[in-house]
Amino acid sequence: MWTYIARRLSQTVIVLLGVTLISFIGLHIGGDPTYLYVSDRATNEEIDQARERLGFDKPLYVQYLTFIGNAAQGDLGRSLKFRRPAIEVVADALPATIELTLFSMAIAIVFAIPLGVLAALRRGTATDGSIMILGMLGQSIPSFWLGIMMIMLFGVQLRWFPISGHVPLLEPLLQGDVRTALTSLPSALYYMVMPSLAVGVYSLSRNARLVRSSMLETLSLDYVRTARAKGLSEFSVVINHALRNAWLPVVTMIGLEFGFLLGGVVVVEIVFSWPGIGRLLFNAINQRDIPLVQACVIVLAGIFVAINLIVDLIYARLDPRVRL
Amino acid sequence: MLQSHPDGPFVDPAATDVSDTAAALPPRRRGDGWRRAWRSMVRARWPIFALVILGLLVGAAIFGPTISPHDPNRQNIMLRLQPPMVRDSMGHVKFVLGSDGLGRDVLSRLLYGARISLLVGVTAIAIGGSLGVALGLISGYFGGWIDDVIMRLGDIQLAFPFVLMAIMFLVVLGPGVVNLIVVLGIGQWITYARIVRAQTFSLREKEFVEAARALGASHMSIMFVTILPNVIAPLTVIASFNIASVILAEAALSFLGLGVPPSVPTWGSMLAESRDQLIANKWWLAVFPGMAIVLTVLAFNIIGDWLRDFLDPRLKTNG
Repeated sequence: MWTYIARRLSQTVIVLLGVTLISFIGLHIGGDPTYLYVSDRATNEEIDQARERLGFDKPLYVQYLTFIGNAAQGDLGRSLKFRRPAIEVVADALPATIELTLFSMAIAIVFAIPLGVLAALRRGTATDGSIMILGMLGQSIPSFWLGIMMIMLFGVQLRWFPISGHVPLLEPLLQGDVRTALTSLPSALYYMVMPSLAVGVYSLSRNARLVRSSMLETLSLDYVRTARAKGLSEFSVVINHALRNAWLPVVTMIGLEFGFLLGGVVVVEIVFSWPGIGRLLFNAINQRDIPLVQACVIVLAGIFVAINLIVDLIYARLDPRVRL
Repeated sequence: MLQSHPDGPFVDPAATDVSDTAAALPPRRRGDGWRRAWRSMVRARWPIFALVILGLLVGAAIFGPTISPHDPNRQNIMLRLQPPMVRDSMGHVKFVLGSDGLGRDVLSRLLYGARISLLVGVTAIAIGGSLGVALGLISGYFGGWIDDVIMRLGDIQLAFPFVLMAIMFLVVLGPGVVNLIVVLGIGQWITYARIVRAQTFSLREKEFVEAARALGASHMSIMFVTILPNVIAPLTVIASFNIASVILAEAALSFLGLGVPPSVPTWGSMLAESRDQLIANKWWLAVFPGMAIVLTVLAFNIIGDWLRDFLDPRLKTNG
């Protein structure tokens, strides 16, 4: 197990280096990045000064090494708009994004498993057909459009749910204030229902289809037939025997999906004015606050890589063959 | 995962006629495959629906300028935010699907938007697919350190959420159709490369490849003439799903204002503009472009699903 962890950790370091390299290339691919930092009316002299101040006059490899050196110390530059270290601005917005992502993920898993199992057990019937068609539809709807439709129907027309706003949940928890977190839980969830549904429906659909096919495969295996032949109840066969093995592929999928969910969260946050990294990123893009854009991207990618690492380790724990 | 097997349907008989099994196979008439495909589509029903949608989409993209009732960018402030099917004093319907906040015709903008979605979807896949196929062939054929480098590059790219990478590059490069296509295309190569590599690995020791080698064919010729035709089929499945996700990504990026310039109507940017009118309940601004995206993506997903079942019945998921 330890050699596996070591190997997996070294891979993660390489990937993180790749991430910084991609964002570095991203910054330089359009030519001299100094122009992104100065106003359109800046004189040549001002541009030269800015170039020197930002270090863009040095050779590229020196710039890159400085960049990762600083990044390793948590310094991702200063936000041009907030005039504060970009990493701090991102850290302030992070809890809201994590809340939304986790809640969407919960929706995607909690509803997908029963739906997938049901479809597999009722294979070929109308129930199966409708779950599969809904699943196909759910994978074809852009999350932000679903958000807009829900705002129009459940927010503006029926007035069931708020169309924007956010009650912090993770922040009081992180500050050790459990009581505040608990009392604000109902209202926090109330504000989170629509945005997290908008983000989660795609993954919910994909997971349901995945659980179904994985379940079908497992149900046809010999050991399941043995369990049935032993006279076990159908419930025990399905839940204790088949589902236990069928959900291994789902665990892997969840790790991969986290990145996709993050991508969805970024866009949906804008629709619901959710005060997370997505909205921050959107505003930073519109104000051409390049250091802040970079900080958002690097932090999101870092989270994604970390989650993938954790998922892989859990997977190795569940399935010993992976460690070989 | 899609894997070729020796006598599986992925192997095109025309391309393997150097192998000794070819002589034993009954000769196939041209067009036989198409007829089989059509019958399978009719049996599954949904693919026909998808074909109709795609037909309409291609029609809208090609004939958009001819059939669209108005200039998509023509503003008419006097007639802004008209609901669909409103009759004027003469009894004529000016805007079938309504007009937007600047008095532009929603239907005409939808028709022009079909062009961008298809153009971006198809060209991005063409770029990403060709790059991926070429790198996958090289990786699988040569193996060794070349393979290692290419595959690790792919791993790094996959470890980076794609939408974020696209945002990063488009912020710096600026919005534009070409930039959008290149960024979306490059994001896709690794999917193709992985599949082609796995197939090439299993094919490079096969008799028909050795025969080509014995006949003195160059590496290039073996990779692109001998092996390539045998790995194409499963790629059509991936490409179909891929076009769907690229169109979704394009819509999301246009929604963020990172897609094409504002003068070009796209479904994503129409949705972005509809947000200003959300509270005012101008539903037609959001419903129609969204439906266009959903139907298009759904059609490509259905075709992908059907193609997968058709090419390899072992992977059948429905029924």
